Amino acid sequence: MNDMSRVERTVDSKDIKIAAKNVQVYYGDTHAIKDVDVEIEDKTVTAFIGPSGCGKSTFLRCLNRMNDTIDICRVKGDILLDGEDIYDKRVDPVQLRAKVGMVFQKPNPFPKSIYDNVAYGPRIHGLAKNKAELDEIVEKSLRRGAIWDEVKDRLDAPGTGLSGGQQQRLCIARAVATAPEVLLMDEPCSALDPIATAQVEELIDELRERYSVVIVTHSMQQAARVSQKTAFFHLGNLVEFGETGQIFTNPVDPRTESYITGRIG
Amino acid sequence: MTDISQTPGAAPTAKPKSGSLFEKDARTKRRNAAESRFKMYGIAAIGIGLLMLIVLVTNIVTAGTGAFQQTYLELDVDLKADKLDKKGNRNIEDIKKVSTFGYAPLIASALESEVAKLGIQTDLSAKDMGKILSKAAQAELRNYVIANPDEIGKTVSFRFLTNSRVDGYMKGRVTRDSIANDKSISVEQLDFVDQLRDAGVLYKAFNPDFILGADASDQRPEAAGIGVSMLGSLFMMFVVLALALPIGVAASIYLEEFAPQNRLTDIIEVNISNLAAVPSIVFGILGLAVFINYMHLPTSAPLVGGLVLTLMTLPTIIISTRASLKAVPPSIRDAALGVGASKMQAVFHHVLPLAAPGILTGTIIGLAQALGETAPLLLIGMVGFIASNPPDGIVAGFLSPNSAMPAQIYEWSKRADPAFYERAWGGIIILLIFLVTMNTIAVILRRRFERRW
Amino acid sequence: MALSWLLLILLALAVIGYFAGRSRSLASVGGDTRDLHSLPSYYGYNVALTALVPALGVLIIWLLVQPMIVNSTVSGLIPDQAIPEGSDRGLVMSEVRRVAYGLEGAVTSGAMTETQAQDGSADIETLTKTLKDSGQVLTQDITQPILVAAQKFRSMTSTGKVAMQVVVLALALLGAAFAYVRTHKEFRARNVVEQGVLALLLLAASIAILTTVGIVLSMLFETMNFFQLHSWKDFFFGSTWAPNFRGGSELSILPLLWGTLYISVIALLVAVPIGLFAAIYLSEYASGATRSIAKPLLEILAGIPTIVYGLFALLTVGPALVSMFGHGGTLGISWMASSNAVLTAGLVMGIMLIPFVSSLSDDIINAVPQSMRDGSLGLGATHSETVRSVILPAALPGIVGAVLLAASRAIGETMIVVMAAGAIAKFSGNPFEAMTTITTRIVSQLTGDTDFASPETLVAFALGLTLFIITLGLNIFALYIVRKYREQYE
Repeated sequence: MNDMSRVERTVDSKDIKIAAKNVQVYYGDTHAIKDVDVEIEDKTVTAFIGPSGCGKSTFLRCLNRMNDTIDICRVKGDILLDGEDIYDKRVDPVQLRAKVGMVFQKPNPFPKSIYDNVAYGPRIHGLAKNKAELDEIVEKSLRRGAIWDEVKDRLDAPGTGLSGGQQQRLCIARAVATAPEVLLMDEPCSALDPIATAQVEELIDELRERYSVVIVTHSMQQAARVSQKTAFFHLGNLVEFGETGQIFTNPVDPRTESYITGRIG
Repeated sequence: MTDISQTPGAAPTAKPKSGSLFEKDARTKRRNAAESRFKMYGIAAIGIGLLMLIVLVTNIVTAGTGAFQQTYLELDVDLKADKLDKKGNRNIEDIKKVSTFGYAPLIASALESEVAKLGIQTDLSAKDMGKILSKAAQAELRNYVIANPDEIGKTVSFRFLTNSRVDGYMKGRVTRDSIANDKSISVEQLDFVDQLRDAGVLYKAFNPDFILGADASDQRPEAAGIGVSMLGSLFMMFVVLALALPIGVAASIYLEEFAPQNRLTDIIEVNISNLAAVPSIVFGILGLAVFINYMHLPTSAPLVGGLVLTLMTLPTIIISTRASLKAVPPSIRDAALGVGASKMQAVFHHVLPLAAPGILTGTIIGLAQALGETAPLLLIGMVGFIASNPPDGIVAGFLSPNSAMPAQIYEWSKRADPAFYERAWGGIIILLIFLVTMNTIAVILRRRFERRW
Repeated sequence: MALSWLLLILLALAVIGYFAGRSRSLASVGGDTRDLHSLPSYYGYNVALTALVPALGVLIIWLLVQPMIVNSTVSGLIPDQAIPEGSDRGLVMSEVRRVAYGLEGAVTSGAMTETQAQDGSADIETLTKTLKDSGQVLTQDITQPILVAAQKFRSMTSTGKVAMQVVVLALALLGAAFAYVRTHKEFRARNVVEQGVLALLLLAASIAILTTVGIVLSMLFETMNFFQLHSWKDFFFGSTWAPNFRGGSELSILPLLWGTLYISVIALLVAVPIGLFAAIYLSEYASGATRSIAKPLLEILAGIPTIVYGLFALLTVGPALVSMFGHGGTLGISWMASSNAVLTAGLVMGIMLIPFVSSLSDDIINAVPQSMRDGSLGLGATHSETVRSVILPAALPGIVGAVLLAASRAIGETMIVVMAAGAIAKFSGNPFEAMTTITTRIVSQLTGDTDFASPETLVAFALGLTLFIITLGLNIFALYIVRKYREQYE
């Protein structure tokens, strides 16, 4: 990287929340992620972009150990959250996932009421001492999910009855309710229409004030709109990582340039 | 802050907001304990299920293998011509006039001379000594003489079945303590049995008659076999196969390929899935009311049993056939239709052959289910019938009264003499061998011909 | 002419028809098959099917209807005074049939001439003697009305048989001739044959409906007969089951229903927790290898015939329970008198139902979308929390359906209860006592020497109908729930 960017980074630099070093991921015999180094800052939106099958979702799922649920998946290298290796054997993935929340591609509200959907996390992690506190957490989370006004009168209605965009914001509220430090979003808008997408993007921008957000997206426009940092993945390699503006206007690597200009992907 | 960012790439030192990941808080420990408990419940549930399977199989094997062995006594019988053929002209009709009772003295004297030859000391009378043999021994001797009248006058070596108590004693089921109140055998007789066993003339051996032979009356458990009821089952399976397979396949083809989306089709479909869950005893009532009381088909006949089992198996076959027809991709049908075949030709020339392995698998599984079914057979009289003679000829095989394997097992389990229980378990081993074989064939067929589209 | 000969002739006709039709079609185009509308074999099939199908259809209907007509006609010939005290028309009719078959047998074996057999004023004693000597089975003494009725029965049956043969053969010939004449190159043989085959396929599919109709009708008629002889109030609302073949029986279903439900509940208490936890473990925790071994092994339990479970209960579990809970048992309590008990039957039935519950629940749990699990795990829930608070509630309707199906199985199960539950009908809460069930009573009322006119026998049909309705209701409800559940996630 050149001197310019170093200067720029010094200006508005933040704490590094997650640091990944030499991360390798294998699916059985397939080497899905090759030697990835990346640093994710606090209170920043980091976007992972790249063509289908480039490993960006796989890498995202490494960050809260969701890959543990897949038998044939092996992860090597170090991923440090606040300086602690999350793959250390002392770490309980359950505790980790409370700190590193996740929102999925398809809105997946539980077949429960809106209230219970949001209260689920606080209940299992024991975040509320009593009903009043729980109510407060639910309201606060729904407000942060920018959906409070739409659902405040029907908290007992099933979450599955909401529209797609509302469901996704409910899922974000649900993730926020466990008081995470990092929010991982795996193509959160790919199942939504443009209006709902715009609402969710706006929400992501607000979330940046409190959380470190990592978003995987297919849409370069989206990455450009919501993120401050962008990482470009290609065939399991992290090709380029830097300021979003720099990646989109002045990519260093020719592969990044080809992707952004639509020649690969 | 700034000094950190000036050395990018260095390990971040920012402190976590909440506690360290390396320390599990109390709540997490509790939750993890609950997690392992929950997992244990699952393992325990599977363990109980498998344990039950093991107990069941072990029980069947230990209790049933005895039925394949029987205790025999070897005797040289002098077929005295003056007793068996008084006129001396070897006329078979005259020989037949000697009843089984007339053969008793021959066996008694053969036993006496055997005892004398072996030098066995016993206080038993000749009659009591003879009681260790099965009541079937005389009949066996008579059948032999009638079949070989030329042997009269000679001394022939025989292997007679012993009484079921003696057999039980040899197998450890009967002990000196357990016979305290038993009138059919005494401790002296058991001592005598020990002596004969030590002399090597009384021994256990494989008993082919259990597998191939006929059922015997209440008094002679040692002579009972499952062979005739096996034939009954076989004839029933012929009926089931001949009716259920074509009807089931035809019905499935109609429903899967031709049926219009209308009320009738809906009714048929709901009907089939419900028939599959109707208790089997209800099919027995149907068989009794329709086939026997109304149509006056013969009671206890394998034909009627087969018809009842056909109706019972049809839903199973239809459901599996439809699944295999559904698995043939529509592109095959389109391809056939595209070259100008009619829909019927597309189905019969292309879809049906491709679905055949699946249909066959389903049919075998349906047959296996029918083979083990007992309840409907109770009502059409296949239990309680003593299958003492094999059917003569194929028509009789379908129409004359017979039992079936599971019905025979149930019949044995109801009898008073515990010696029959060993027979029942043994029968179950044979029945299960059939079922395991059929299911294995089905699994192999499925593996061998399974196609992934 | 025996039925088998008739069938053989029909088949032969069809085969000849096939070849005749085929060659006629070829002849009509001078051997050039391209000018034919359909392939030549279709013309053959057309002739064969037109000959065979209507003839066979008439044959089957005739065989079903003729006994009905003959029976009702002959039964009308028997004067009321000819029916002995304590008997009824049905019993006399079966005697009439026996005599008729006896006469037939005697004529066939040459013990009697045709004229003797038809002689209505024959001497009863000599006739009886002739019949017995020729090895025919007679259970009662023949009386004059019975003889007359039997002769009428015999003549009607044989006339009917001849008429049937004539009609069936004529129909086959006519059909063959009709189709043969129509065979021409313009004739759309394939379409006609395919229409015919389609009709046959539809017929096969309708057998399922016919079976259900048969089940319902056969039980309904006898049940109505039963309610004419016995009060329906006692059957549905009485409190005692005490059949007495000398009359004055109390036949109430309630004690039987109690026994049935009690045993089923015990079976479900065993099968549902074990089956459900096994399914959860297999679908959520087990590795592929464990699953591929444990699942088929468990399913073996479902493939074992019920007679085996019956024997297991009767000879192994029952005695084992008695040796624990019985007099002088290991627990030192004498709660259990005999190995026939509700507990014995319930436990063994529960074992039988484990794989039934587990494989149904396994399917249902697997139908819950993976995104639900991801959502919950992503929030930091443990696997068991995910199962308990997300997957099970989501799968609940399906699991309820599975349990209902298992309950319907338990209620209709026969062999285990026949062998291990006992024969005493009573209301009791003690699981160590013997009780009886609906299926057990159906078996015992319908086996042995049964007189189909007594309420003690007919009650079995009323029990059967009730059982059918209960299980059908449960099944329809359960299948509806399961179907709705599946649609939700499709």
